[in-house]
Amino acid sequence: MIKRRDFPILNKKINGQQMIYFDNAATAQKPLAVIQAMDKYYLQSNANVHRGLNPLAEEATQAYEAARIVVADFISATPTEVIFTRGATEGINLIARTWGETNLQAGDRIVLSLAEHHSNLVPWLQLKEKLGVELVYIPLKKNGELNLVAAKKLLALPRVKLLAITQASNVLGILNPLHSLLNIAHARHIISVVDAAQSITHFPVNVQQLGCDFLVFSGHKIWGPTGIGVLYGRQELLQKMPPFLGGGEMIGAVYQDHFTVNKLPHKFEAGTPPIAEAIGLAAAIQYVNKLGWQTIQAQEQKLTSYFLERLATLKFVKVLGRPRLLSQKLPVFSLLITGIHPHDAADLLGQEAIILRAGNHCTQPLHQFFSLSATLRASLSFYNTKAEIDIFIRKLKKLYRLWNNKDNS
Amino acid sequence: MDLYAQNILDHYKHPHHQGVIAHADAHYHEVNDTCGDDIAVSLKMTGLKIKEIKFVGEGCAISQAAISILSEELVGKTKAEVLTYEFKNLEKSLGIKISERRYKCALLGLWAIQHALEKYKI
Repeated sequence: MIKRRDFPILNKKINGQQMIYFDNAATAQKPLAVIQAMDKYYLQSNANVHRGLNPLAEEATQAYEAARIVVADFISATPTEVIFTRGATEGINLIARTWGETNLQAGDRIVLSLAEHHSNLVPWLQLKEKLGVELVYIPLKKNGELNLVAAKKLLALPRVKLLAITQASNVLGILNPLHSLLNIAHARHIISVVDAAQSITHFPVNVQQLGCDFLVFSGHKIWGPTGIGVLYGRQELLQKMPPFLGGGEMIGAVYQDHFTVNKLPHKFEAGTPPIAEAIGLAAAIQYVNKLGWQTIQAQEQKLTSYFLERLATLKFVKVLGRPRLLSQKLPVFSLLITGIHPHDAADLLGQEAIILRAGNHCTQPLHQFFSLSATLRASLSFYNTKAEIDIFIRKLKKLYRLWNNKDNS
Repeated sequence: MDLYAQNILDHYKHPHHQGVIAHADAHYHEVNDTCGDDIAVSLKMTGLKIKEIKFVGEGCAISQAAISILSEELVGKTKAEVLTYEFKNLEKSLGIKISERRYKCALLGLWAIQHALEKYKI
């Protein structure tokens, strides 16, 4: 059963009004269970991991490694294939710098979609600058869906070595047809990187079923803490890759003139890792497991159809991205309001305690594709309610009315 | 809901001095990459004094109203005067309190004019 009281921040008031948090795609709120798990670690078990032959270090190490097992089970990977990073962005950078730099050459092609977040774009642009690889973009249809016909053609081009693609757009809220794309990639020996930063919070992600080579996500978008993310990589690939950052933990032995690397997954975890954050992430995943994906998905589908239904009654609002099937739409809505710039709307509705995001949401090429500079985004999570949508619609109408009433010329 | 002051909405909906000055003495294109606001200014100078300002821009009410107001207010001022202009001067010109989250929106036009002037030499 969904309990809003598990998320104390949802009771917050802004300017005396009950806050409505509609910015979950930027970061999700944290349940008490996550906050308490991190507190408990700092209050009772804090020590550096994998170092020191003392009982406290052993306790901390056990908690940290137990968190890795929780994450591995959650995405159906083995623990040695789960690397803790600072977030999805660091995960993609790690792949680009290690796998990319050792396996790609000038003229090799990387296929991406036009809807990628900058974090699944800039690391590849950096490889373009450094190695001379070519980036090829899968176009979108007018309704925001990925153009699968074009994608198939692009993946058949010579020298395509990598497919780097998001499972769901953080702006359009549309799921990509990953099974088809990954099947083609697999058949053509194209390595695949799946950006699950958005999708991980909406439905179960299973790396075995997907058959991807790499997958990344961030803890804070799945009701966990900031500063922690996960990189999944197929063992065979991770083993062949050179280490990313150098330092403690990632080494086997260090001599004056050389070093050897540690085993997986520690090979890619240089320095003291985010221990409390890993424990917090595990607590978030356990919260999801307990609540159940069925409950989360059922509520989100209800919110998605209700949001679109209510929005359809407003002539002055346009939604970006309408897939043919409602089942392919997440509760993420990027909006355009006639005559009101997204910044003004986010600021003014924010004063009414409705938390939205305005801007290009780190997807400038996508906004260029739609010839837009900014949109107003409302992104919901399972703890949001129909009543909150009603208030949002009412305030949006009020804003539009006031904005235009002031026009006395 | 507390909308902006009437003068801000007026300037946003009906901006003054829009366009490009042919044979401008100075110009600059300022973009706020984090939000997509975009302002291109062109300036006509008489010596070190601003004679005319025109702009082409796209963005929120705060950014567009600010440049519209500045394109009037800064005419007749010298390069040195305008280069010392800062946020508090601008807030006074706009006549409303600008919150920290709208800081960049408000300043974009001023930055465009200042950058144009920095490049301008007699």
